[in-house]
Amino acid sequence: MPVLARWIEAAGIPTVVVTMMPAVAEERRTPRIVGVEFPFGHAFGMPNDRAMQRRVLELALRVLAGASAFGTRVDLDVEWPVPLREAYRAWQPKEPSPIVKKMLQSR
Amino acid sequence: MVVDSYRFLPRSFRPLYEGRGAFPGEEEPVWTHFAKRLADSRIALLTSAGIYLNASQPSFDLDSERARPEWGDPTWRSIPATARPAEFAVAHLHINDEDVLADPEIALPMRGLHQLVDEGLVGGTVPNHVAVMGYQDRRLTDWHRTTAGEIATYLREQGADGLILAPA
Repeated sequence: MPVLARWIEAAGIPTVVVTMMPAVAEERRTPRIVGVEFPFGHAFGMPNDRAMQRRVLELALRVLAGASAFGTRVDLDVEWPVPLREAYRAWQPKEPSPIVKKMLQSR
Repeated sequence: MVVDSYRFLPRSFRPLYEGRGAFPGEEEPVWTHFAKRLADSRIALLTSAGIYLNASQPSFDLDSERARPEWGDPTWRSIPATARPAEFAVAHLHINDEDVLADPEIALPMRGLHQLVDEGLVGGTVPNHVAVMGYQDRRLTDWHRTTAGEIATYLREQGADGLILAPA
């Protein structure tokens, strides 16, 4: 996703990436980054939590329109309201993805 | 608060992401100035959650990914800003899709964006947002050669002044 953002940015459209892995987005040289400490699949927050979703969206818009320098990163100050162990399990697919299956088989 | 980028990632996956540096050939800064005021701007959204319209669009190709696990469907879908959540399906083998299906706003906040337009904070939205499926071959060959350019053209044709991308 960071690289896709770079290619679209290079084509003349300003971008911001909202990501659970902002450190990786920085390494990949993403123009503008909003970091969220949320489980995968939940970039804008909890299902049906409109207030939380709005906070993410407003921050993304602020960074998109207001960042003045390449590589700007702003992290959202919101903790995921579900205990880690439960949230860690909940985001993962019910069965391992094909590539994970292959990695497990080759061990 | 500084986000822990690896909090929800299985520990064995961390070396696949951490310390790898820039994507080959993508080391230099790239920057397009956001020229307008937000209240005068038209904003687009892009999700990589594998969302598509159940009745009118093909699914992302999961069968081919099962046959070739290093490959991911590089195509993209146009998602009308007026589409209802009930019209969505999700094709993504790397996440549990239950929450996205229950509330697509967590991946593609079209309604939330509309709300901000209604309140005057944002000028408008593009008529059609964009969805991809985020698991791709490591070299991103087709995204680079085809998909990125097509999406940029599509967004430009719709007058997008800025794009918010969110990985699944």
